Amino acid sequence: MSDTATYEKPQPVIDPGTKPFWDAARAHRLSMPKCRACGQHHFYPRELCPHCHSDDLEWTDVSGKGEVYSYTIARKPAGPVFAADVPYVIAMIALDEGPRMLTNIVTKDVEQVRIGDRVTVRFDDVTPELTLPKFTLDKD
Amino acid sequence: MAREAVIVGVGDVPLKDGKVVGGGSVLQVQARAAKAALDNAGIPMRDVDGLLVAGLWGVPGPGQLPSVTLGEYLGIFPRFADTTNIGGSAFEAHVAHAAMAIEKGYCDVALIVYGSTQKSERSRTLGGRPPVLTMQFENVWGIPQPVGGYAMAARRHMHEFGTTEEQLAEIAVATRKWASLNPDATMRDPISIDDVMASTRISDPLKLLDCCLVTDGAGAIVMTTAENAKAHGSRPIHIRGYGEAHTHWSIGAMPDLARLTAAEMASKRAFDMAGVSHDAIDLVECYDSFTITVLMTLEALGFCKPGEGGAFVSGQRTAPGGAFPLNTNGGGLSYCHPGMYGIFLLVEAVRQLRGEAGDRQVDNVQTALVHGTGGTLSSGATVILANN
Repeated sequence: MSDTATYEKPQPVIDPGTKPFWDAARAHRLSMPKCRACGQHHFYPRELCPHCHSDDLEWTDVSGKGEVYSYTIARKPAGPVFAADVPYVIAMIALDEGPRMLTNIVTKDVEQVRIGDRVTVRFDDVTPELTLPKFTLDKD
Repeated sequence: MAREAVIVGVGDVPLKDGKVVGGGSVLQVQARAAKAALDNAGIPMRDVDGLLVAGLWGVPGPGQLPSVTLGEYLGIFPRFADTTNIGGSAFEAHVAHAAMAIEKGYCDVALIVYGSTQKSERSRTLGGRPPVLTMQFENVWGIPQPVGGYAMAARRHMHEFGTTEEQLAEIAVATRKWASLNPDATMRDPISIDDVMASTRISDPLKLLDCCLVTDGAGAIVMTTAENAKAHGSRPIHIRGYGEAHTHWSIGAMPDLARLTAAEMASKRAFDMAGVSHDAIDLVECYDSFTITVLMTLEALGFCKPGEGGAFVSGQRTAPGGAFPLNTNGGGLSYCHPGMYGIFLLVEAVRQLRGEAGDRQVDNVQTALVHGTGGTLSSGATVILANN
């Protein structure tokens, strides 16, 4: 873990609409809004359900399990602060509850990632104030 | 008689090695492109009463007022302004909006302008935007912007349809052949599929030669009524149909990574309005930010079925002399890509429709389809143009 001051990568500028997600992540829970009207989860968190546009939403913890919907291996970094990580995997995970989320897959062998791989969340406490939900391959 | 909006002038600025010849600020290069397009139309700047601007430039600070700034710089007082910015496809949407404004009598002469000096300024990075609002769920993971989103779309397309990296390379090779016929193109030396495959890996499965250039550039379009075009003796290009759509901003919110939904929506409306079939299209100019963009666009426009784009572009079918002339100026891949490329699709289509494209002129072009894509496969706007 880094100090907040020494963690150089982009840190989310947390706002009232997104705070419950980041607070839950700090407590090592993956949480997102679920619509009471249509029953669907969504991510990232919004004020209105993007599926049925209801405002009757509740924050719910999800399983943290899903599969790789797509991914890329960054061979060039997203700026100098990521240079030491190359090559690294950015993946879009289709969570078992439905929503897709962008994240990293943490693995010793980036070449083994495939679409459809089962994954599980793991929480990376990058600073005392910030935890990033990343994923690992169940086959790893 | 009903007013018909037509395109009467196009202009750009000369480039050398991807930089504007003679240099200049982002305002200067836009003024030069605007003057070139107005001279091409034979219409004086003082007649411009509609200004349509989208760009990546602006006076820093809260809010950006690009048409107000550029109008002042050009010394005009527009009574119609449109700063719709849906990414690189904005200019195709501007043509649609200007056509509606002109036909409604809301303005008489519309000027669409874009310019960028990003290469001279070395302002482009893969780092993307600050992690605020929706971007707090994208940029914290280190996704190279914008290539990473396109790379994930390519990977998904390969997974669903068996598309190969070699098929994507076909597009880069064919586009380079067109660029070799364009004296203004930044990259003109021939490349092979092997060259593309061996080029530097950026964000798998996309490699350097799958990616558009980073250059300067400026372009402009002038539109007016058919009646006014006649009065000025300029040759009108007719606008048969148009459509636009956007589906997402964050790549995580794209409805289907293997389908370009925005292009499906935009082109459906444009074809319906034009009342023509795909067989009537002689030439396509479509946004080529990356090779995968082209492949997914061709499918979404309906020139082939979903998943058949790889076979469609194989065997250099889109190269000079091929069955399907595409991106005849050398595209964003090899001609220029100054951040938002969509205006150059229109400039090239008009030159082709007028028979003014020099060594790269395609025979018997009567109807051309232009399709812009913006954001990360986020927005699409289609224009169908004809010279008769």
